[in-house]
Amino acid sequence: MTDFPLIFERSVSGRRGYGLPEPDVPARPLEELVPHHALRQRPPALPEVSELEVVRHYTRLSHRNYSIDEGFYPLGSCTMKYNPKLHEEAGRLPGFSRLHPYTPEELVQGALQLLWELGEELRELAGMDAVSLQPAAGAHGELVGLLVVRAYFASRGERRSKVLVPDSAHGTNPATAAMVGYEVVTVPSDPRGNLDLRALKQHLDHHTAALMLTNPNTLGLFEEHVDRIAERVHAVGAQMYLDGANFNAMVGITRPGDQGFDVMHMNLHKTFSTPHGGGGPGAGVVAVKAHLEPFLPVPVVVREADRYRLDFDRPQSVGRVRAFYGNFANLVRAYAYLRTLGADGLRAVAEHAVLHANYLRVRLAPYYDVPYDRICKHEFVASGARQKKRDGVTTRDIAKRLLDYGFHAPTVYFPLIVEEALMVEPTETESLQTLDAFVEAMIAIDRECREDPERVRTAPHTTPVGRLDEVRAARHPDLRWKPGP
Amino acid sequence: MRYIPTTPEERRRMLEVIGVRSVEDLFADVPQSVRLGRPLRLRPVLSDPEVLRYLGGLAERNAHADRLACFVGAGAYDHFVPPAVWQLAGRGEFLTAYTPYQAEVMQGELQATYEYQTMVCELLGMEVANASMYDGASALGEAAVMARDLTGRDRVVVSQAVHPEYRQVLRTYTEPLGIQVVERRHEGGITPADPRAVDTRTAAVVVQHPNFFGCLEDVRGWAEVAHRVGALLVVACSDPLAFGLLEPPGALGADIVAAEGQPLGNPLNFGGPYLGIIATRNKFVRRMPGRLVGATVDRYGRRGFVLTLQTREQHIRREKATSNICTNEALNALAAAVYLSLLGPQGVRQVAELCLRKAHYLKAQVAQLEGVGVLFAAPTFHEFVVRTPRPAAALVRAVAREGFLAGLPLGRFYRGMQNALLVCVTETRTRDEIDRFVEALARASRRGRAAVGGRR
Repeated sequence: MTDFPLIFERSVSGRRGYGLPEPDVPARPLEELVPHHALRQRPPALPEVSELEVVRHYTRLSHRNYSIDEGFYPLGSCTMKYNPKLHEEAGRLPGFSRLHPYTPEELVQGALQLLWELGEELRELAGMDAVSLQPAAGAHGELVGLLVVRAYFASRGERRSKVLVPDSAHGTNPATAAMVGYEVVTVPSDPRGNLDLRALKQHLDHHTAALMLTNPNTLGLFEEHVDRIAERVHAVGAQMYLDGANFNAMVGITRPGDQGFDVMHMNLHKTFSTPHGGGGPGAGVVAVKAHLEPFLPVPVVVREADRYRLDFDRPQSVGRVRAFYGNFANLVRAYAYLRTLGADGLRAVAEHAVLHANYLRVRLAPYYDVPYDRICKHEFVASGARQKKRDGVTTRDIAKRLLDYGFHAPTVYFPLIVEEALMVEPTETESLQTLDAFVEAMIAIDRECREDPERVRTAPHTTPVGRLDEVRAARHPDLRWKPGP
Repeated sequence: MRYIPTTPEERRRMLEVIGVRSVEDLFADVPQSVRLGRPLRLRPVLSDPEVLRYLGGLAERNAHADRLACFVGAGAYDHFVPPAVWQLAGRGEFLTAYTPYQAEVMQGELQATYEYQTMVCELLGMEVANASMYDGASALGEAAVMARDLTGRDRVVVSQAVHPEYRQVLRTYTEPLGIQVVERRHEGGITPADPRAVDTRTAAVVVQHPNFFGCLEDVRGWAEVAHRVGALLVVACSDPLAFGLLEPPGALGADIVAAEGQPLGNPLNFGGPYLGIIATRNKFVRRMPGRLVGATVDRYGRRGFVLTLQTREQHIRREKATSNICTNEALNALAAAVYLSLLGPQGVRQVAELCLRKAHYLKAQVAQLEGVGVLFAAPTFHEFVVRTPRPAAALVRAVAREGFLAGLPLGRFYRGMQNALLVCVTETRTRDEIDRFVEALARASRRGRAAVGGRR
């Protein structure tokens, strides 16, 4: 078999894929307009291809991709739910997609109203007092959240030095704390999968700026003592940060603000159904309690009578975290989702996300270890430890074999505290028949582990390429195509 | 319920398998004290057609670029986006995929990203580009932190002719890490290279090229200045299409480029999502933030692509990662790859040349207008600063009534520049639009002067 060509390898000198206008203004010599030394000496080696070739190339590449539109995507912590087509249409309305961010405020009232209304809905969902719609992603939201916390302490003349992060946390949590100049202290989980209260007490003191908690945590378990945790954190004057990646499990049932959180981010590309785009763009809205509002990034959308405006005049703000006002087109999609579902619909989302996850957990438990085997929320963590010990097959192998069965694999080797972790999140948009088919595939793979482990170890077998050599990729980085001699 | 396929009967069966009586039992671990004991107070639910009608109504209340001829750029550009770009990038197979963690079923995304990385390197004249950052401004913030890590120094010199919002973001990203940002004044719209600006504490010099005012900077001069003291040169850029025609930053001595990729096939979108570009030299790749796609082989020896050098990243390195970035702007990067494939080397040159020629056509006419003029004499690409006889903000409002989005009033960002307007001309503006825009500017300027005279 031959390699699938790169677009560069389809290039033929002189071919065109565009129809640009001829210049309609006087043709002055270029050197009159730009000094000669500023002009490009060598053209970029971009491909020279016809439009049809471009269309075929990227259409064929799309066939070499796995998406929600194609099948089940039980990636834990990623909330791969259906991305409604309606939202795509809404997000691409010319009044939004063709709108320049520097259009005068009085001429963008529709866009500002949308942002304001979305903010109001999200405030209510979070049980918080104010929002910033600016962050481009969850990790960007974390950055904003911790900057806000830092500015809050600075305004009180305090400099706190550390942030507490559970050992089950997403890697973005400690990475964010470091970006904001905090020392990271890891707090262990207890045998029930909750944050270890005794360890928390040990580390909590007046140098603690915040506890970054994910709830439900990355084991898919609700932090049963969240109210007591909040009490202890607040007792030393520290702030409660919620990593809202798992917000899908609790919308309409319990609100982070009511759980004692002071600041949170929510991933609109998870809970609120905006598409992941193969890795982005997302949107990571930050919501805060009133005492943190003055520190939110600029600008903030405000309403005055029936006018909307962008407020830049916020002297205590942490500043700007990006250009312009946020991943607006995604905010449009998320707003369409909220309005389509409404209060009852959103509560049903959480209920069914949790129902589906528990159904899968119970059905898989006879075949795979489930280390924290109690009622889970929207996801649970199974383990391939049994198969590894018994058959010498790893979780990675099982994940790869699932691809042959036409499913995306769960999140693997995360959270770090579970050996051979397989983190499964079905979401509310999958049908019972899909869940059953997934269970059957997992059972079949368990059988293969016993009867034909080599078949699993060498998987996948039916995908466009076989198992890829990641070690070689890292040892001999080849990060771009190079034109031949 | 909308988007939930589970029927009441299936729900009952699942509960039975789980061994609980009701869905309520599945939430027994949520303490009563933190439950929401009432329905959410949200706006009323709308049906599908009602949502579209409602959002369509909001969209209609915006003066978008199909309604006003767009003469504003300043970090967001109204370039022509060939329909093929989003008909391909918008395909569900790309749109609804996650980050390519399972490489064997994500060769489409991975290969397209590898192609994108290559195209960005080619356009910017750099050796390595990552899979994307959030936007140009945050890419610049990360570039400064990267320069600090690479040099072990904590001072960054930045030209005031760098986009003001990029500079604000730069400060937000650097301040908590104790990096000192020193601003360098522009003189006549450019930042003359000056060895006195740097010393051996300088981690990086940051200039934008073409700069915020549209002027061409002495990038080579700054590279020499920075390199002589062991500092890095970071070049910011808000429209990489300029390098279809202009010598790219890599050829001018840039060590890191932080650019906005929106102009490469992405819609204006009222400011986002856009595309953050970061590119650097091979020797700096291990301090680079964000995802990287690399080529490798599968077990049969066939070429394939994977996410690589991940030990830089948060999910492996946690607090020692080069950045906290996880979700990026992959779909916008894909759109950029399709766009650059369609244009090719001749296309990007042609777009750049059209922008340049049309902008200079406007510039020449503005220079002739009574009471109006071109503020800076330095050579420009597709943007320049117009000196206006009355506050530029008022002029923009007046000209908007005639169907033009006139530009960005600079008083908002620069003290003493109330009467300065940053305008932009892309290939999408026609000569006719430019001529009518000049007339509208002239009328609005005359009215302004008359009004001022009247008050006296």
